[in-house]
Amino acid sequence: MAEKQLLLEVVTPDRKVVSTMADIVVCPGREGQFGVLVGHIPFLSALDIGEMYYRSGGQTAYLAVSGGFAEVTGNKVTIVAEAAEFGHEIDVERALRAKERAERRLAAAKTEQIDWARAEAALRRAMVRMKVATK
Amino acid sequence: MATLRDLRRKIAAVKKTQQITKAMNMVAAAKLRGAQARMESFRPYAQSFANMLGNLSRGVDPEIHPFFQRAPIVEKVALVLMTADRGLCGSFNVNLINAGVKFMREKEAEGIGVSLTCVGRKGRDFFRRRKVEITHSYVDLWNKFDYSHAVTVGRDVMGEFLTGQVQEVYMIHAMFINVAIQRPRLVKLLPISPEETAEEAVGALEYIFEPPVEQFLELLLPKYVNTLVYHGFLENSASEHAARMTAMDNASNNCAEMIGQLTLVMNKARQAAITKELMDIVGGAEALKG
Repeated sequence: MAEKQLLLEVVTPDRKVVSTMADIVVCPGREGQFGVLVGHIPFLSALDIGEMYYRSGGQTAYLAVSGGFAEVTGNKVTIVAEAAEFGHEIDVERALRAKERAERRLAAAKTEQIDWARAEAALRRAMVRMKVATK
Repeated sequence: MATLRDLRRKIAAVKKTQQITKAMNMVAAAKLRGAQARMESFRPYAQSFANMLGNLSRGVDPEIHPFFQRAPIVEKVALVLMTADRGLCGSFNVNLINAGVKFMREKEAEGIGVSLTCVGRKGRDFFRRRKVEITHSYVDLWNKFDYSHAVTVGRDVMGEFLTGQVQEVYMIHAMFINVAIQRPRLVKLLPISPEETAEEAVGALEYIFEPPVEQFLELLLPKYVNTLVYHGFLENSASEHAARMTAMDNASNNCAEMIGQLTLVMNKARQAAITKELMDIVGGAEALKG
């Protein structure tokens, strides 16, 4: 069945996270989730903070990504993100602390000046991390 | 002539200095390995980013985003000057500062003002001493820096550009060529020239954009500037460690040479003292024989 596969590359400033063949890649696009199969037309999308996954030979792997872009050309998907981690790499404790911190910030927003967008993004990153970590 | 004891003391002092420079050399070597590894692992990211931008911006109207727009009249430019936080690395900081001074002189000769941003203590101190106005400065970050520092610097200079305070943005950082050679390099950050970004052209592909191209660039271009700044950070950090390693290696060698010379002088002095004593004894014996 899987005679044709895509080349998936996920890169971050610190490392090349993944470089593998995949049957399908599903990404959290800003305008909604999208899946990429072989033969997709050239496509550029900004990614949201969220989980992405790819399937290869019946195996599914999940990653938490944030601040990224996806470029699809023919049979190659390149994901350029500021951060991308596999579930098993995620420090759940740290994500939990980050979540609580962000929640406290947002709760305090009524009384003091905070950077709302940043706190909210931090909260979402923490939540995505925790979700992916438990997959 | 120095006494024997003075010479011994001096040799001991030089030996201690040598121990320190040797230790610093090894620390710098270890840090250089780390910095080089970081540079290696950043390369694919920078490459992918540049390719993506190159692919999409060819044939894109420069009007589409302010970062592509060249100002008709340039009155002021921003300069991000990177140096190290610490010295003891040979001519590393001096070279960078000279490159910065040269750049500013050239711009001033054309009647263009320069808004200076210093990354690294040495550069900041230099310009502060000379009462040059510094717009932003970041110090004490080289020991532990990450992508977020590049984002902060990027945000500041992009802010200056977008609010029209400056019409062009440049960056000077040390370029790591090899362990022995590091050169200051001038990079133009803004405005972005689409032609220069692509390293390997794939040919104009008709992309579908999501969100539409204007908004997509709105998201992509600031991040592109950040990658350029971060690249400067990495190169500069690797260069600093390489420069310090070389400088400390030279210092250790000089210490070894100095110890050799001092030992020679000391041996001569000791021998002279022995000879003198012998002559005294022989002279005394001769006198007794009478």
